[in-house]
Amino acid sequence: MSPYELLWQPFADFAFMRHALIGCLALALGCAPIGLFLVLRRMSLMGDAMSHAILPGAAIAFIVYGLSLTAMSIGGLLAGLVVVLAAGVVTRATQLKEDASFAAFYLVSLASGVLLVSKWGSNVDLMHILFGTVLAVDAAALIFLASVASITLLVLALFYRALVVESFDPEFLQSMGGRGAWAHFAFLILVVLNLVAGFQALGTLMAVGLMMLPAASARLWAKELPALLAIALGIALVAGYIGLLISYHGDLPSGPSIILTAGLAYFVSLAFGARGGLIWRWLGREHLEA
Amino acid sequence: MSHAHHHHAHAQHAPAAAPRGAIALRNLTLTYHRHPVVHHVSGQFAPGELTAIVGPNGAGKSTLLKAIVGLMQANHGSVETGGLKPHEIAYLPQQAAIARDFPLAVQDVVLLGDWHSSGWFGRVSRSARQRADEALARVGLAGFGKRPVDELSAGQFQRVLFARLLLQDARVILLDEPFTALDARTTAELLELVASWRREGRTVIAVLHDYEQVRSHFPHTLLLAKECIAWGDTATVLTQANLNRANGMPQSWDEQAPVCHRDETPLPTPPHDHAHSH
Repeated sequence: MSPYELLWQPFADFAFMRHALIGCLALALGCAPIGLFLVLRRMSLMGDAMSHAILPGAAIAFIVYGLSLTAMSIGGLLAGLVVVLAAGVVTRATQLKEDASFAAFYLVSLASGVLLVSKWGSNVDLMHILFGTVLAVDAAALIFLASVASITLLVLALFYRALVVESFDPEFLQSMGGRGAWAHFAFLILVVLNLVAGFQALGTLMAVGLMMLPAASARLWAKELPALLAIALGIALVAGYIGLLISYHGDLPSGPSIILTAGLAYFVSLAFGARGGLIWRWLGREHLEA
Repeated sequence: MSHAHHHHAHAQHAPAAAPRGAIALRNLTLTYHRHPVVHHVSGQFAPGELTAIVGPNGAGKSTLLKAIVGLMQANHGSVETGGLKPHEIAYLPQQAAIARDFPLAVQDVVLLGDWHSSGWFGRVSRSARQRADEALARVGLAGFGKRPVDELSAGQFQRVLFARLLLQDARVILLDEPFTALDARTTAELLELVASWRREGRTVIAVLHDYEQVRSHFPHTLLLAKECIAWGDTATVLTQANLNRANGMPQSWDEQAPVCHRDETPLPTPPHDHAHSH
């Protein structure tokens, strides 16, 4: 098999593969920086929680409108926003910490979703929502994915400084009258938006993978924010491309292939990462003089 | 008593209305879950002077700073900031409040002191960058600008936060246990910086635990044990009798504490317990 056949022909020959590739790249552009901020804010499990929280919205939309990606996306978005706002209000109004209030709301949301699907849907539908089908991304879905990626990058660029300060020293921003809560909520809405974008392509469970794995890997290579962002983006983009190729050549489901590729990047980083990779410990290099 | 003395000492700077930039507490009560942590405290911090806040753990010292800087709302009474804008009151929190492993460079942290002009979206000016370099040099960290903060020691990180305060150029500077866990040399150098703020006419309010440090560097002291035990010249405040009273503050959490009626007039012979602490 020539390199061309291996690396590009699937995309040259099949429109659905081109759609899938562009969809994955757009998704990677939005998800990777969001994941990095989740990791830096010690909210790594939040993406996971939110991915469950959007399930009932998608399920209700599916029951009412059938397998309409638009309806399911809007439903998921609404469910996610309700959970974000409710958990945010509870965090600010009571002594419950953010993780506890998110856990409570997402569990209620998830249970409602499972209840709805098992009563009025079928297991096939549930599998579809949980694992997605990137190979079925059509033109409308592509526009949605591209829009989400654009909005995410624009909002992050605009709120970058506030978000960084809010993560590093929230009291400072608050004491300067800086309204850090706005940056925080804007960020949470971006998380929901990207998960909704991800779930039609990869499924709700897999979309989190494209957020967290590149971000966690980047932490093992770089120590400054711009470099971290670049590395996370690079890994997410490459994982999307290679994962699709593996899925095509190996006749494997696309979502798990993409996430496992990102997982491989994570394990390589874990072993060889310049900042804290395990190999440096195994090598047991002598310490420096100063 | 010592409180009155304090007003007298600054009568020439402090006419009837609080001057701009003077921080005053008016019968201030701060609570957690209805239980007072700062209870009916009144007085004014000497403008352009160094005031130490001392008192036992749980006396409400950090809470008071948070209320002055606006991180906490008064349950009763008020904090008056004499028309200062939020950015004119700089605040150094206890170190634990900051995510020190965040991937930021030292100069980025120092430049946060320029927040009121750069804000969420604005440009960081060339002059701000230059002032950041100068501030780093003043705290003894010249050339550290590009270093990531997670590689700094606790002492170096505190120096970085002092550089941020320098850049903030605020009229009032609040420090919460600024020298805890620092070595003698770092403490001495940062104390020198605090002394220079006094020469520049800034008001400094610092929560401290080392009485010797307070006696030798801070002319004014507020001794707090939920209530104001004494407030005024350090020598008259830090007496053994006052310290004994402060340390006698009840440590236990009274779940059944009755509602406080101290401000309700006319006062009958008060049946409740805490009014007798004077």
